[in-house]
Amino acid sequence: MTEQWYGFAEGNWQKRIDVRDFIQKNYTPYTGDESFLCPPTERTKELYARLQALFDEERARGGVLDIDTETVSSLTAYRPGYLDKEREIIVGLQTDAPLKRGVNPFGGIRMTRQACEAYGYRLSDKVEEEFRYRTTHNDGVFRVYSDEMRRARKIGALTGLPDAYGRGRIIGDYRRVALYGTARLAEEKKKDKQQISLLDMTAERVQLLEELFRQIDFLDKLTEMAKQYGYDISVPASNAKEAVQWTYFGYLAANKEQNGAAMSLGRVSTFLDIYIERDLKNGLLTEEGAQELIDDFVMKLRMARHLRTPEYNELFGGDPMWITESIGGMGEDGRTLVTKNSYRMLQTLYNMGSSPEPNLTILWSRNLPEPFKRFCSRVSCDTDSIQYENDDLMRPIYGDDYGIACCVSAMKIGKQMQFFGARCNLPKLLLLAINGGYDTMSGLTLGPQKEPLAGDVLQYEQVCERLDEYRAWLCRLYVNTMNVIHYMHDKYAYEKIQMALHDTDVHRFMAFGVAGLSVLADSLSAIRYAKVKPLRDENGYIVDFETTGTFPTFGNDDDRVDAIAVEQFKLMSRELKKTPAYRGAEHTLSALTITSNVMYGKKTGATPDGRKKGEPFAPGANPMHNRERNGALASLNSVAKLPYRYGRDGISNTFSIVPDTLGKNTAERAENLSTILDGYFSKMAHHINVNVLDRQKLIDAFNDPTLYPNLTIRVSGYAVNFHKLSREQQQEVISRTFHEAL
Amino acid sequence: MKGYVHSVQSLSTVDGPGVRAVVFLSGCPLRCVYCHNPDTWNRQDGNEREAAEVFSQLKRFAAYFGKNGGVTVSGGEPLAQAAFVRELFSLCHENGIATCLDTAGSVLDRETDGLLSVTDLCLLDLKFPDEETYRRYTGGSLRQTMRFLDKTRDHGVPVITRHVIVPGLTDTTDYIDAMQALLAPYANIRQNDLLPFRRLCADKYRRMGIPFPLEATPDCPESTIRTLRGYWQDSKKRVSGS
Repeated sequence: MTEQWYGFAEGNWQKRIDVRDFIQKNYTPYTGDESFLCPPTERTKELYARLQALFDEERARGGVLDIDTETVSSLTAYRPGYLDKEREIIVGLQTDAPLKRGVNPFGGIRMTRQACEAYGYRLSDKVEEEFRYRTTHNDGVFRVYSDEMRRARKIGALTGLPDAYGRGRIIGDYRRVALYGTARLAEEKKKDKQQISLLDMTAERVQLLEELFRQIDFLDKLTEMAKQYGYDISVPASNAKEAVQWTYFGYLAANKEQNGAAMSLGRVSTFLDIYIERDLKNGLLTEEGAQELIDDFVMKLRMARHLRTPEYNELFGGDPMWITESIGGMGEDGRTLVTKNSYRMLQTLYNMGSSPEPNLTILWSRNLPEPFKRFCSRVSCDTDSIQYENDDLMRPIYGDDYGIACCVSAMKIGKQMQFFGARCNLPKLLLLAINGGYDTMSGLTLGPQKEPLAGDVLQYEQVCERLDEYRAWLCRLYVNTMNVIHYMHDKYAYEKIQMALHDTDVHRFMAFGVAGLSVLADSLSAIRYAKVKPLRDENGYIVDFETTGTFPTFGNDDDRVDAIAVEQFKLMSRELKKTPAYRGAEHTLSALTITSNVMYGKKTGATPDGRKKGEPFAPGANPMHNRERNGALASLNSVAKLPYRYGRDGISNTFSIVPDTLGKNTAERAENLSTILDGYFSKMAHHINVNVLDRQKLIDAFNDPTLYPNLTIRVSGYAVNFHKLSREQQQEVISRTFHEAL
Repeated sequence: MKGYVHSVQSLSTVDGPGVRAVVFLSGCPLRCVYCHNPDTWNRQDGNEREAAEVFSQLKRFAAYFGKNGGVTVSGGEPLAQAAFVRELFSLCHENGIATCLDTAGSVLDRETDGLLSVTDLCLLDLKFPDEETYRRYTGGSLRQTMRFLDKTRDHGVPVITRHVIVPGLTDTTDYIDAMQALLAPYANIRQNDLLPFRRLCADKYRRMGIPFPLEATPDCPESTIRTLRGYWQDSKKRVSGS
């Protein structure tokens, strides 16, 4: 047996790359409470204070501390960087200095140029010259985009498309680096390449062979990168510290190579616990040391940065990285996957204060140990930094070694990847349909050209019929647009290191999305149950609505309208599948907006539900702000009705509740929140972001940013520092429903 | 049968233990000076709804109740529609859902016993410790409320008493002493909650065009509640320790 594996239970994981098998054979479930946890060491406190000062400086400089405009980011492009070389336990920075951002023009040189300029820098001639004769992902896409695709993008029917930046949402199995070392991983890839080269050379196989070549090449670069920091990671990690370090190197390499929209971590806590347990047992580590190790690891994760343009920040506010780490869940054999390290990971929010990154995600099951449920709930009440997803819903589909990419996208780690598909604008689709393919906001036409719907009052059947026709058109356009984008991303900005940390025979998803589902549902409900009179401009186009009478709104557990939301979601899901996806990918759909609900709303005219022109949509699958009249549980019930089978890329719900409404004291609040989560997930709901706070606190923070400099809140599948949002985004967050019972 | 329902609040953690759904009924014979729900005074302002239909709405929230929660019926005065509440509570019990009655004990009729037979917990708002003050500030009778408390004891229904602490009215140790003396004979009382008076409802009065009798009274500070709570605990110890 490989010497670094001493003391581990043997299994198939030794013969082939199978991290799950290693975990199952070796981990120690933990069903106790949090009393074993340690506070931060002096070293951690001092180091974090140093980092905090850098965060403050970064904020003072308008959000970017420094940019290296001379070097194109890659695994070995920078000299090793440190926060404090002498005292760091886990090492490795994206560039040669903490929080200094690199440039990554592979997605598009123009974006890189603009991003530099936005922060008062200029992209160096050296980099400009290097990319003069190089095709970027963005170049490739625009060579092929049709006029219709460009127009759909321009008027905001399809928005946030990953056609000018890294697509992200691919989770490398970074644990493989620690368990096997890079030499073994490269060896396995070479074997795969050898096998495939014996087959007929179809275009697909030629493509795959070239990708394998590049994967192997980058595994070598990863080894080289670690060597610069003084480590030989060609061999497996031999102790807990190395396991964390090797895993982090894998993740760091991905971040140096790619500026993906979401660079998620996967599911490492319980994996690392195995190494920590072994060291604890052998007297090589104390609990204090174990916590210090995890604190230091998380400190590194909190330092991850990419350079973005202001337009990008408008979509994905608050400089997010989505370093999503999935914690907890249950095993297929019924044992919990909660370990002591699940607790240590959450403890970082106390030891170093609340923080939006890493994006800590609890995989909730009704069978989770009760003390863990209560601890998570307490962490939510104290920090507003974590989110919850339904393990009982996902485990039957993805098994027990899946992770969440970005906010809500589940994937088997190392076995499945996805082509990120941003989202389409449902209220805009409704308005296009009603107006026969005319966009009143831009004055441009798009889609099938027809007369605007006639008559003094909109008829439900008629509107639905129109919607069916335009949905079919938009879905086909949407899939085809994605196909162009991902073909070009594979060609010009392929994720070498992340895909090297996947099985060669990988399952692909193409993840589509919708924005404004509740606006669409409420609008159709208004048309059906109230009287909606279209108001026309001089050309007969419908620009506004006069709605009289009452109608049920989404978020009140009222089946009349909730059924409309379900139906529309289902129709989108089905329609998308009709157009084949690139590389045989499986179509999935999400209801998730990030902060783009603000920008989408801005680009969308008035809607029949009473939403005014330009007003934000609700985020994700949320009911529209302040239309929930029957309290929090009714709101949760409405969202829970959206079936996961139509929204396999995730259904995001962001939930804010006032502390006093949740209970009289901390213990009561934790207990009640845990009970509510059990109830919500027993209804087969998928996801929830929990904020326990008062609106007034946000208003105070809005008016005086110095009051709560580290205020962290969950917005839509991720958490942000409130002050990193734009004023507009802040206002939208303040206007959301805060569940309150008086 | 039908009842007059003001609204259903799907989540509450302050109207009984755990996570609860609360049905607010309309109609109340009292006119307490600090009432925070003047919109529930008149029965006919509520919606007439069948108990079974209200229950079908509540049942949707049952998954959230956990070990401790359940359904609470509040008001208005639920005792004024005791037969309706009884039917609703019976449906809850048939479905394994715990029931809680939030009342001022201001109505007693031949339906009261039936209702208490399906009530798991009673929150009893005990407003003033003597008949005269009670009548002056609520328009009702303390004797009536005490007879209701007797009945909860007969039925073995556990009671949590609640007392609104209004500055200048009930924020004294004398008030606590008198309450304690009044409640001492009832072994079925589990807990005594002191609730701070809040002016939040003033808006509601303004909107409804009704004068708010405590317009000039300030919010009760949390420190007063703490002090009086401490006083209550201590004197309880003194009594039981002697």
